[in-house]
Amino acid sequence: MKRTCLSGLSPLTATRRVAQKSPLLVLPVKTSASQGRRSTGSLSQRPDAKHVSFPGAVKSAFCNTMRFEEPSTYPALSTYRAVDQHGEAVDPDFKPDLSDEAVVKLYRDMLTVSIMDLIMFDAQRQGRLSFYMVSAGEEAVSVGTASALEKEDVIFCQYREQGVFRQRGFTLADFMNQLVANRKDPGKGRNMPVHYGSRELNIHTISSPLATQLPQASGAAYALKIQRMQDPSIPPRVVAAYFGEGAASEGDFHAALNIAATRACPVIFICRNNGYAISTPTLEQYRGDGIASRGLGYGIETIRVDGNDFWAVREATKKARELALQDGGKPVLIEAMTYRVSHHSTSDDSFAYRARVEVEDWKRRDNPIARLRKWMENKGMWDENKEKEARDAIRREVLKAFSDAEREKKPPIRGMFEDVYETLTPDLEAQMKELREHLDEFPDEYDLSDFEGGRGSLDK
Amino acid sequence: MKSRSIRVLSRALTRPALVPPQSQSHAAAPTSQGQTQTRAHRQPQQQRPYSTHPPNARLNLPTDYGTTPLLAHSSQTALTNPELPAEARNGTTKRMNLFQAVNDALSIALAEDESVMIFGEDIAFGGVFRCTSKLADTYGAERVFNTPLTEQGIMGFAIGVAAEGMRPVAEIQFADYVYPAFDQLVNEAAKFRYRDGACGRSVGGLTVRMPCGGVGHGALYHSQSPESLFTHIPGLRVVMPRSPVQAKGLLLAAIRSNDPVVFMEPKILYRAAVEQVPTMPYTLPLSKAEVLKEGSDVTVISYGQPLYKCMAAIEQMEKTAGVKVELIDLRTIYPWDKETVFASVRKTGRCIVVHEAPVNAGVGAEIAAAIQEDAETFVRMEAPVMRVAGWSIHTPLLYETFNVPDVARIYKSIYKIMGF
Repeated sequence: MKRTCLSGLSPLTATRRVAQKSPLLVLPVKTSASQGRRSTGSLSQRPDAKHVSFPGAVKSAFCNTMRFEEPSTYPALSTYRAVDQHGEAVDPDFKPDLSDEAVVKLYRDMLTVSIMDLIMFDAQRQGRLSFYMVSAGEEAVSVGTASALEKEDVIFCQYREQGVFRQRGFTLADFMNQLVANRKDPGKGRNMPVHYGSRELNIHTISSPLATQLPQASGAAYALKIQRMQDPSIPPRVVAAYFGEGAASEGDFHAALNIAATRACPVIFICRNNGYAISTPTLEQYRGDGIASRGLGYGIETIRVDGNDFWAVREATKKARELALQDGGKPVLIEAMTYRVSHHSTSDDSFAYRARVEVEDWKRRDNPIARLRKWMENKGMWDENKEKEARDAIRREVLKAFSDAEREKKPPIRGMFEDVYETLTPDLEAQMKELREHLDEFPDEYDLSDFEGGRGSLDK
Repeated sequence: MKSRSIRVLSRALTRPALVPPQSQSHAAAPTSQGQTQTRAHRQPQQQRPYSTHPPNARLNLPTDYGTTPLLAHSSQTALTNPELPAEARNGTTKRMNLFQAVNDALSIALAEDESVMIFGEDIAFGGVFRCTSKLADTYGAERVFNTPLTEQGIMGFAIGVAAEGMRPVAEIQFADYVYPAFDQLVNEAAKFRYRDGACGRSVGGLTVRMPCGGVGHGALYHSQSPESLFTHIPGLRVVMPRSPVQAKGLLLAAIRSNDPVVFMEPKILYRAAVEQVPTMPYTLPLSKAEVLKEGSDVTVISYGQPLYKCMAAIEQMEKTAGVKVELIDLRTIYPWDKETVFASVRKTGRCIVVHEAPVNAGVGAEIAAAIQEDAETFVRMEAPVMRVAGWSIHTPLLYETFNVPDVARIYKSIYKIMGF
């Protein structure tokens, strides 16, 4: 009888069967770093063995039916929900692990990000900012995942994760100082708006190129793992790396997952699959089963969650953090399904490539903030009055922080030459002097009044 | 060897004032209506962290693209361009900005040659800078299409397409994002013909377009001018147009060229630079510089957007002191037109190179070295070659004004070189 490859034999059970049936065959199936290296010498194969022991496919059974696997015949990976769009719990095992106050705090974080987004988008339209990016529709992904991480965990963002910053303690003043690039901006006025960073909150500063953060996250996670091996008094830490489904097309994404798997790095890859990379819909971005299916391909534990469900996102991240720290560390992939409700950025008009009605439909159907609000209302911890009060208060706070930030001076122009290297090179010192002399010679040609210290900041 | 006395003489001959008098355009007093308008508009502008110009500036004024002599404001000017073929000269013109001229060239290329195809991120709906508008509708999704978001993939794909005899025009959304494609460009595209030897295959059909340069608020990752990274690579032609007329003619030349071409478009000019563009298909020569303005005392060499600032500085300098400045647009940055540059510098004895990219190991270094290596040019030098370029730093948001060459810095360099 012909046996069909893979039929009824999951890779895991296949391994176990091999081990049972062929006690002499030593299969080095566990490949976590602590297990050491796989030796080719152990790949010996008995005559008439039912399984291949190729170095590159140690668990593969022989079959005598030639059949290509068809991705379309596999069911799509399911999408985990803890709470449905009516705010009702649908996972019988789901038990909220937060106090009412803690839930309200996280809800307010989501609300804050969403209100700040609206105000700052308009501020850009008024010419008060050069650029802005909103995260409408994705507030639960950023706030929910961040809420399940520890303060010591290290984070790499893409650029649409203001909720992560907010949840970890970034104040409205912190946001505004960066957005208007004043002297309190830790980026020293060098970066575009929304390129936040915080050493205190363990979030690396945002870089515009896509997916570059992902292999870095693998490396960072490996560093954390080694540091704990060297000093067990350090608490266990993971790295969380955020990216969009578009970024997952970059070579860096694939490199990141593969190297994290082979070096067993405690890193959680968090994909915000919002349907669009600027104008490019997912159909033109990939043809497989989303981003989650790729995690399996790299041998990484993976879950797909409903990104509009704050609780699903939080629960998945909690579990992912646990997994990432097991067996000496391993990567985990979360694909959170969302919808990019707004334009890509203030530089984009998305109605040039998608119908207005499509966006309106999505907004009406489901929204992460509305869903958590319904859940809170069902539990009796929130109501219309509280909602109104919260919104009014947040709006006032945002406007005040914005206006305070605008009143601050700009950072000293000396900052343009600093941090290229650890110290100024002779070249840079000479250039700084040249600029100082030039500004002295042509004082009317440059407006330095906003910059702290004026021309003088260029002096040694 | 040049004697010191000549230098002293040259110093005595031309000594312009360091600070120019109030310029005509700026002196125009605002009307009472104008004042209220200005106030209303200035309020938010003053809060802008970018694109400011100070109230008493006489040099660093916004470029007036509506009057600059570097653009063809009339049909007649456009059609008298001696580089145009007769059919184009006898045809009509259309007012276009730079992105429309790129679009026109791409449209012509797709129409005249079915081996041309256009792809990149977000190009199907027209591209983030509208350069590819309507091309997918007109020429079909087989030849005009979005790629997934992967620059290395786009470049490798384009090389494969070109290797099999097609003429791909690949778009990298911003020059700042070309680096994942660097391996494909440097190790594959540039070496393809050399490696294949007598087998004779090449990827000459390949053109890579990318927007580059500062716009006032692009910061670290939307402002870079990485041309010198490509001019260092034998096998690549590197081109940068300064205007719509050039964009159309040079892009068509790049697409028809049998060498891979890196075509860098100064994105600040996409909408700003508007001129009359001949409607017929035409090419402009690659590796040929254009003398934009003749002069006898100094040669200023640049390419792309800084040419407009050079022109403004030169106008001020010529008004202030009787200095005659020659302005050269390099157009192709590598392999560059040494003949035109040497001829000019032999005449003037002074040379300034202006570019936005950092000064270290930039295009200015290549030109200065070539000039001093050429004995016939070197002996005529009255002063060392000067460079006005970005500092050796990254491209910072708030400080772009102080980093990229501006009119005042170019003006000062002309002043300095004349006084050497």
